[in-house]
Amino acid sequence: MSGPNFSNPIVRWIDHRLPVFTFMHHEMHEYPTPKNLNYWWNFGSLAGIVLVIMLITGIVLAMHYTPHVDHAFQSVERIMRDVNYGWLIRYIHANGASFFFIVVYIHIFRGLYYGSYKAPRELLWMLGVLILLLMMATAFMGYVLPWGQMSFWGATVITNLFSAIPGVGEWIVTLLWGGFSVDNPTLNRFFSLHYLLPFVIVGVVVLHIVALHRFGSNNPLGIDVRGKQDSIPFHPYYTVKDMFGLGVFLIFFAGVVFFLPNAMGHPDNYIPANPLVTPAHIVPEWYFLPFYAILRAIPDKLLGVVAMFASIGVLFILPWLDRSPVRSASFRPIFKIFFWVLLADCVMLTYLGGKPPEGIYVILSRLGTLYYFFHFLILLPGLSIFETPKPLPRSISQPVLGSGTAGASKENA
Amino acid sequence: MAETHEGATRRDFIHVASATMGAVGAACVAWPLIHQMNPAADTLALATTEFDVSGVEEGMAVTVVWRGKPVFVRHRTAKEIEEANAVDIGNLPDPQADSERTSKPEMLVLVGVCTHLGCVPLGQKATDPRGEWGGWFCPCHGSHYDTSGRIRKGPAPANLMVPPYEYISDTVIRIG
Repeated sequence: MSGPNFSNPIVRWIDHRLPVFTFMHHEMHEYPTPKNLNYWWNFGSLAGIVLVIMLITGIVLAMHYTPHVDHAFQSVERIMRDVNYGWLIRYIHANGASFFFIVVYIHIFRGLYYGSYKAPRELLWMLGVLILLLMMATAFMGYVLPWGQMSFWGATVITNLFSAIPGVGEWIVTLLWGGFSVDNPTLNRFFSLHYLLPFVIVGVVVLHIVALHRFGSNNPLGIDVRGKQDSIPFHPYYTVKDMFGLGVFLIFFAGVVFFLPNAMGHPDNYIPANPLVTPAHIVPEWYFLPFYAILRAIPDKLLGVVAMFASIGVLFILPWLDRSPVRSASFRPIFKIFFWVLLADCVMLTYLGGKPPEGIYVILSRLGTLYYFFHFLILLPGLSIFETPKPLPRSISQPVLGSGTAGASKENA
Repeated sequence: MAETHEGATRRDFIHVASATMGAVGAACVAWPLIHQMNPAADTLALATTEFDVSGVEEGMAVTVVWRGKPVFVRHRTAKEIEEANAVDIGNLPDPQADSERTSKPEMLVLVGVCTHLGCVPLGQKATDPRGEWGGWFCPCHGSHYDTSGRIRKGPAPANLMVPPYEYISDTVIRIG
């Protein structure tokens, strides 16, 4: 394997002993990428950038935050009022969590639409689902740290989910709390884990990228790269495209941070935690609402918790539920319709999760939950058998250049 | 090869034995690291609360803190006690007679934590919604409790817990 020729002698000296420059050249420069990627492929690198933003702002916030029930709320208010640019850093971190989920949810639905979870990318997909789970745990524990009313009661409700486990449930909840209710020991350990888990996410992201670079990106046609005429080097083509996408993203992100910083938060979290009074409407952060709707849709405590975890569990086994060999929805007419139904279902569940559990909202939540599991457990395996896909192009170049390959089209001309 | 058979068995034994010792050692080290998360000695030391119930007038309810959780002390009216007893126990989701839940029928002592997901039910104040059975109502996920704190409707699986308590004098209870 011959590496690139670096002109700088110091770079050459280092690279000979520690081939980091060769590695970067392979994976970020010449890395062959399908030439037909659309803008939905921007969200992977965007998620990585948001993760870095969250790490930097989080480490800085930890320099000013006090993880103690008597001081946590005050220390957050001090960050907002007294620490230089504390308001900015905290608003970036708090809204960054929401934007992280927006970016990652788009990234996931892109994968669902274009069949990016199919062979040979099953492990890549499963690592992605693991990242989602870690993100949820991290976001949940981060939301507890300001020690407002929503922090406290969110922590109470979510940790109590584990009490549904038969036999060991109560034992696990006490272990999570370090006491008989959510209290100072709970806040301490949540702070510790909230600091740890992002670095675990970084580790899984590295594995996610290693798995990605094994076979390269999927593409809107969902067919394999057949040769050099189907791909372009990652740099400068996709680095520039990703930078442009980042610029557009930052316009929206900065808009919210500067003009609507509390739009996605809940006013009750500006009331200090009170263990004796539950707020009238406990609502989790918006990115948990579809799962919360599924939890509440089922009238049995244990089954509700099981269904909530199963809603993510089905994503783990998705590569084996959808057996159709065609990846992209562009060539699957029926799958394509139901993809949009699933997206609408998830949007509806998000809306319902934020509504009180009564009347029509409960009925719709049940229908939404039913469809969600129907889609993954019955519809997708069924479609793999009954759907007739449209004919696939022979290569990525063919739809653009008319026939088979670039060479072949020249012959015809 | 005869010696392969004998040698393989002995080597297998050493593999299994050392792996087992390793696993036992790992478990021994893991336990302190897990158990440190359980309630510490000072947390456990705060595990009892004393309360004088004589100040709680008939029809009134007071919330006491025990182990960081609210405890409801409700001085029930004759009507409420009657309602709590006039129930076909067999039809309850978590069957329990009212007499099993109180040591003095007029003074009901309950842990004020919904058995669903741990919210504090409403019903302590006269102005609170008390649900369809006049006891408590949990606003989080809509569980209704009766005047004995028993679950009647909603997602909660069990009755409001009766904490361990005793009268250490005529009017003072010790919870825990």
